[in-house]
Amino acid sequence: MLKTKAIIRLAFLGSIIAWLVLVFSDVTVLFSDMKGLPPGVPVWLPRVMLDLFIVCLFYYYKFRVERDESLNFTDLLWKVFATGLIATVVSLVFRLVHNLLGTTTLTSNILFTDFIYQINLGLFISFLLAAYTSWKRLILYQKSKWLIRTWMVFEVCLFAVLVYDSFRIIIPETITTLILIFIGLLAIILSANMRWVAYLNFKQKWTCLLLLLLTFFYLGYFIYTVTRLSESINTQSTSFLDFNSHVFNLCLLAFVLVYSTFSFLVILFNLPTSSVFEQKLEEVVNFQRISQSIQTEQNEESVYNILLESSVSAVFADAAWLEIQSASDGNKLFTYKISERESQEIRDHLKNHNIKGALEQSSDKTKNLSKHLASLKGSRYRSLLAFPIIVKGETIGTLALLKELPEGFNKEMTRIVSAFSNQAGISIENFRLMEQAFQTERYKEELKIAKTVQKSLLPNSLETDPDFEISAFAESADEVGGDYYDTLRINDHLVALIIADVSGKGTTAAFHMSQMKGIFHSLAQQDLDPKEFMDRANRALAYCLERGSFISATYFVVDTTAKTIRYSRAGHCPVLYHKASTGITEYLKDKGTALGMVRGNDYCRLVETNVIQYASGDIMVLYTDGITEAKNQRGDEFDYDRLADALREVTDKKPSEIEKNITHRLYEFSGSKDINDDYTSMTIKFK
Amino acid sequence: MVQIKRIQEEGADIISVIGEIDASSSIELDLAIAKSVGEGFKKILVDCSALEYISSAGLGVFMSYIEEMKDKNIPLILFGMKEKVANTFQILGLADLLNIRENKQEAKKLADELSV
Repeated sequence: MLKTKAIIRLAFLGSIIAWLVLVFSDVTVLFSDMKGLPPGVPVWLPRVMLDLFIVCLFYYYKFRVERDESLNFTDLLWKVFATGLIATVVSLVFRLVHNLLGTTTLTSNILFTDFIYQINLGLFISFLLAAYTSWKRLILYQKSKWLIRTWMVFEVCLFAVLVYDSFRIIIPETITTLILIFIGLLAIILSANMRWVAYLNFKQKWTCLLLLLLTFFYLGYFIYTVTRLSESINTQSTSFLDFNSHVFNLCLLAFVLVYSTFSFLVILFNLPTSSVFEQKLEEVVNFQRISQSIQTEQNEESVYNILLESSVSAVFADAAWLEIQSASDGNKLFTYKISERESQEIRDHLKNHNIKGALEQSSDKTKNLSKHLASLKGSRYRSLLAFPIIVKGETIGTLALLKELPEGFNKEMTRIVSAFSNQAGISIENFRLMEQAFQTERYKEELKIAKTVQKSLLPNSLETDPDFEISAFAESADEVGGDYYDTLRINDHLVALIIADVSGKGTTAAFHMSQMKGIFHSLAQQDLDPKEFMDRANRALAYCLERGSFISATYFVVDTTAKTIRYSRAGHCPVLYHKASTGITEYLKDKGTALGMVRGNDYCRLVETNVIQYASGDIMVLYTDGITEAKNQRGDEFDYDRLADALREVTDKKPSEIEKNITHRLYEFSGSKDINDDYTSMTIKFK
Repeated sequence: MVQIKRIQEEGADIISVIGEIDASSSIELDLAIAKSVGEGFKKILVDCSALEYISSAGLGVFMSYIEEMKDKNIPLILFGMKEKVANTFQILGLADLLNIRENKQEAKKLADELSV
C-alpha cells in the first residue's frame, strides 16, 4: 500500500497532467475545427482526459479530506469555503486579465476563450468535488449498514455515468432518463441525512449558514461564468468540451446543490430549537457531575452544592434552597438567591397551612403550590417545586425550587430534577458506604496493633526455681481480649506470680493490660502482703481505668523457704489446686472483689490474703474465663468440672504436659480450632 | 441481643432484661438505667430472670452506677438471677457491692427498707 501522502501527491500530479492534456487537446480540436482541418489528436481525448482529471481529483480529495480524522463539521464547511474561494479568486483573476486586455485580437480569439473556459471548468469541477467529498463526510457521520450500502450504490452509479460519458456508449433515451431519475432519487434520500446539524451549537449553526450561503454564491458564479463562456464559444463552434456534455458534471452539480439547500434549510429551521438541545446536553453533564462528585470530592457538602446548581440551571429557577436534616450535625440549609429567613417563612407558611404531599416521592409535582404561595404576603414567588432527597429509604432532606412566575414548572422540569435528586441520594449513600468501609479498615488496623502490643506484654521467659516448675500457655482470639500473666523474683526465696484478665476488648483492653503490667512490676518488688498489693493496685488503677472497666487478678507470693503460697484473689477465676498428699483436686474458695470496681478507700475491706502450705507434687493451675466459658457446638460450656478432670488425668506429669492435656481436652470439647476468647493458663508444679 | 422492658410498680421502676448482654447491647442497658435515674425514680429494680448471659461490658454497666446510686441514695437491686449469672457476679465480687436478691418480693422488701 502506498502511503497516504504519496497517494495524495500522485493524485494531485495526475490531475494536473490530465488537465494540461485536456486543455491542449481541446484547444487543438477546436482549432482544427475552426480551420476545417482534420483533428491532430483523437476526438475522444478531451473528454477522456476530463474524466481522468475528475478521477484523479476525486482520489486527491478522498485522501485529503475524507480520511482526515481530525476535521469536525465546521472545519469541513470551511474547507469547502476555502476551495470555493480559491477557485473563484483564480477565476476572477483571469477575468480581470481578460478585461484588462480589452478587446484585442487575443481576447476575441476563440481559442483563448476556450482556454479561459477550460480553466474555469477545471476550477468549477474541483470545487464541486471538494464539496462532494465534504458532503459525503457529513452524510456518513452516523453510519448504518443501510446508509453505507446506499452510498456505495450511488457512487457506483456515478462512476457508471462517468464511464458512459467517456466512451459515449449509445443507450436509448428512456433508459438514460430512468437512470437519471434513479440517481436523483438516491441523491435526495442520501441528502436526508442531516444528523450532524443537531450537534452544532448556536454559534456554529450561524457559521455554517454563512458558509453555505457563500457556497451558493460560488456555485452561482461558476454556473454563470461557465454558461456565458460556453455560449460565446458555441456561437462559433460546437466541437469543444462543454460542461453540459458530461452527464456526470450535471449529476454532481445537482447533488451538491440539493444537499447544500437541504442543509441550509435544516440549519435555519433548527436555530430556535438549538437552545433546547444544548440544555439537554448540559443536563447530562450535570447528572454526570453529581454521580461522579463522590470520587473527586471529599464530603457531602459538595454533592449538595452541585445538586443545587444543576437543578437551578435545569429549570431556570429564580431561587432555591436545599435543607438537609442530620442527627449528628444538625440541620443544614443551602440557599441560592434567597435569604434563610425568607425560606424559613415559606416553610413555616406551608406547614401552618398543612400542605401535605409536596415532599413525597410519588406525588404529582406539577401541582405547583402557587395558590398557597400567593396567600403568603410579601413573598415574590408564585411557583414552588419540592423534592425529597432519599438515602437508604429515608428522607434526609428537601430540595425546593422557586419561580416568580405562577405555574412556572412543567413536567419535563419535574422529571429532570427528580432524576438529579435521585442521583444525589445515591451518591450520598455511596459516600456514606465508603466512609463506613474506611472506618472498618481503620478498626481492623487498630486490632492488629492491639494484638501486637498484647503479645509483647506477655513475658518471654518465666522465673525458674529449684522448688517448682512452671509453664504457661496463651492463645488469643481475633478480637483482642486482655489476658495477662507474669512472674517476678522478689529475692532468693520469694517469687511473685500474677494472672489477670482485663474487661473489654480491643485496643482499650491492651492499654489497660500494659498498665497492669507496670503496676505488677513496680509493686511486686516491694514484697507486699498480697492484700496490700491489691489495695495499692486498685488505687493506682482507679486513676487510669475507664468508666465501666475493671480488671480481675490473682496475685501470689511463693516462699520457697517456708514452703508457703500467700495469695489474694481479686474477682478472678478460683485457683485450681491439686494436693498430692490427699490426691484431691479442687477449686480454692476465697473472697475478693475485682480491681476497679470500688474506686475509693473501701476496697481493702473487699480483698483478703490467703495462705496455703505446699508440698512436693502439688499442682496449681491458674487460668482465665476463656477456658471455662469455651462453648461446644451445642452451646454447653467447658466449665470448671471438665477443667478439673483434665488436671486429674495428668497429676503425675510435668507442667508442660499437664498444659498440653488441658488444651487437648479443651479443643476436643469445643470441636474446632476457632476461638472467640483468649485461652490463657499458667501451671505450677512443686517439686 | 437484648430486649429491655420497663414497668412501674408501687413507685419503683422495674427494668426487665431479656436475652444476652454483650458489648453492643450493654449500651441499651446503660441507657435504660440512665433514663430511669433521669426520670427521678427512687427505687430501681432489675429483673434478671430472663437474662441468659452477661459479658464484662454488661457487668461494667452495673458497676459504673454503684457510686452514683450511693450518692443519690437510690437502691439498685437485682433479682431472679440464673445460677450461672449469679456465679459470675459471685466470682467477681460484685455480689458484695450490689444488692442481689432471689425474687421480686424480697427485692421490693429490700428497696423499701433502704429507701427510708
